Amino acid sequence: MADELQVIEEARPEEIIARGYTFGTVTDQIAAVVLSKHTPIFWFACFAVAIGLLLGFLLAVGALFTQGLGVWGLRGPTMWAWDITNFVWWVGIGHAGTLISAILLLLNQSWRNSINRFAEAMTIFAVACAGMFPILHLGRPWLMFWLFPYPNTMGIEPNFRSPLVWDVFAVSTYATVSALFWFVGLMPDLGTLRDRATNPLLKVLYGVGAMGWRGSARHWAVYETASLLLAGLATPLVLSVHTVVSFDFTVGIVPGWHSTFFPPYFVAGAIYSGFAMVLALAIPLRSVYNLKGLITDKHLDNAAKVMMATGLIVGYSYILEAFAAWYGGNVYEMAAFWNRMTGPYKVQYWVLITCNVVAPNALWFKKFRSSPVILFIWSLIVLVGMWLERFVIIVASLAQDNLPSSWRVFESTRWDWLTYLGTIGLFTFLFFLFVRLLPMISIFEVRTLLPSAKVKGKGAH
Amino acid sequence: MKQPIYGVMAEFESPTALVTATRAAVAKGYKKMDAYTPFPIEELSDALHLHRNKLPLMVLIGGIIGGMLGFALQYFVTVMYYPINIGGRPLLSWPAYIIITFELTILFAALTAVFGLFALCGLPMPYHPTFNVPRFEFASRNRFFLCIESTDPLFDRAKTCEFLETLEPREVSEVAH
Repeated sequence: MADELQVIEEARPEEIIARGYTFGTVTDQIAAVVLSKHTPIFWFACFAVAIGLLLGFLLAVGALFTQGLGVWGLRGPTMWAWDITNFVWWVGIGHAGTLISAILLLLNQSWRNSINRFAEAMTIFAVACAGMFPILHLGRPWLMFWLFPYPNTMGIEPNFRSPLVWDVFAVSTYATVSALFWFVGLMPDLGTLRDRATNPLLKVLYGVGAMGWRGSARHWAVYETASLLLAGLATPLVLSVHTVVSFDFTVGIVPGWHSTFFPPYFVAGAIYSGFAMVLALAIPLRSVYNLKGLITDKHLDNAAKVMMATGLIVGYSYILEAFAAWYGGNVYEMAAFWNRMTGPYKVQYWVLITCNVVAPNALWFKKFRSSPVILFIWSLIVLVGMWLERFVIIVASLAQDNLPSSWRVFESTRWDWLTYLGTIGLFTFLFFLFVRLLPMISIFEVRTLLPSAKVKGKGAH
Repeated sequence: MKQPIYGVMAEFESPTALVTATRAAVAKGYKKMDAYTPFPIEELSDALHLHRNKLPLMVLIGGIIGGMLGFALQYFVTVMYYPINIGGRPLLSWPAYIIITFELTILFAALTAVFGLFALCGLPMPYHPTFNVPRFEFASRNRFFLCIESTDPLFDRAKTCEFLETLEPREVSEVAH
């Protein structure tokens, strides 16, 4: 609208939204990404790579189905390796989205308003990628419904005392609740898109998604209650999910797994890698779509601080892990830990220490935190480091377990690589579809950040 | 008796103007009204007395049902339907049930929160009279609307329009059914 054309200033370092935005310009800018006919070359390039990797994933899954799990390089005693590593890595990445959308909402951190939408989308797609691995690893994935308790002619039921069954419930609940929370957040913005779209087909499609949302004050009042309740439910849920994931290991008696501090250690690692993924997505997106006024340097700075804080917790856990192995006096634990540091996986171990313990300390300095390029590189370092961490915990412990006569070094195959890269393709594919089809920033929540959203005068709080 | 129109609607340019107008309408004695805004406004909920709703109670009940179902499911399977004796350990191994009980509590509570939200708002609602106002599409962008409905005992097509005009709106329009 011509009456609202205003100059949007560049955001200052301490601002979470640039000056000069109005309700109208915020709406138009975010909606334009979706409604415009123009698609940036960057989008096409990323989407093409994603489709390529996704096809690779289909190929890898085809090979797996026709030839069996042996194509993955799984040999006794390492009967799960990359698959469970990738599962934990992807689930962990998802957790930052819930942290941003739920925990930061409860803590009244309004800067989250412009990054929560795409972070939540990241959660859902990451969980979808994570879910692939346990299912593919079943051996007969088409029978995956056996994981759920249902009356069946075989007369058997899942073992509710097993962490693997807990995992089924935790991850499927997490996926469901995340998707619901995401949809509830989208509903008012779908209403906006319905009203802004000029193409009749799009109007109908967004209208169906918005379900008749009309911004009624009565609805908003219930909506706010629902958002807070969902945030309050998602908060313990997200902590429980990675706790349960860590139970997959701690409940076993494999040396290097059997310890009580895994749950908090895993949760911290999850949020650490998740914030790395948030940065890795936000930094290119805000440049390509010119959203630097909405996702400002302050957001990157805050995300980097969270990343560093959780990184320090992870570093502390590594120290504690070594200490517990030594102080516990158990020869198997000590041997397992010694093997981890000096054995066949020593390269991976020391690289992960460099990525997760040494690298994040650079973020103490404002100079590093204020450079998007450095933050982008650092987030990739953290993602690599956290993948290696899970790999070393899982594979180094299994390959050299309690019985030296059965030891065997795990060797990955090209199918391991292709399956893993394939899920990165799946994630990117889904994420870029989301960026093109749905508003990647929560429009209505950004409106509340504007100074003009405050009610002035008598009775205002 | 069905009223000839749904109500009359005034359009405002700022949240402050809308909240002031809503307070004035409440003070005037109107009861059947609703405001339409592009984002939630706390003061508006105050003015319309909307701070209490049934959703928290529904979610509590949903969560309790989910938790009980989760525990009952595991009890039934491990103790009655498919008991397995492992070294004489008790069949009712409740500490192992905690996690699934917790997860189902959250799942049912969250489902109740979302579907309770839809139910309390009457969504999905494919048609609503307010969408007949051409400028209402700005309610999801940057405009703020107050609609006094024709079912209100004080409603009078001309007088209510006149009253809304005194609140300095950008525009007042009638909302057809």
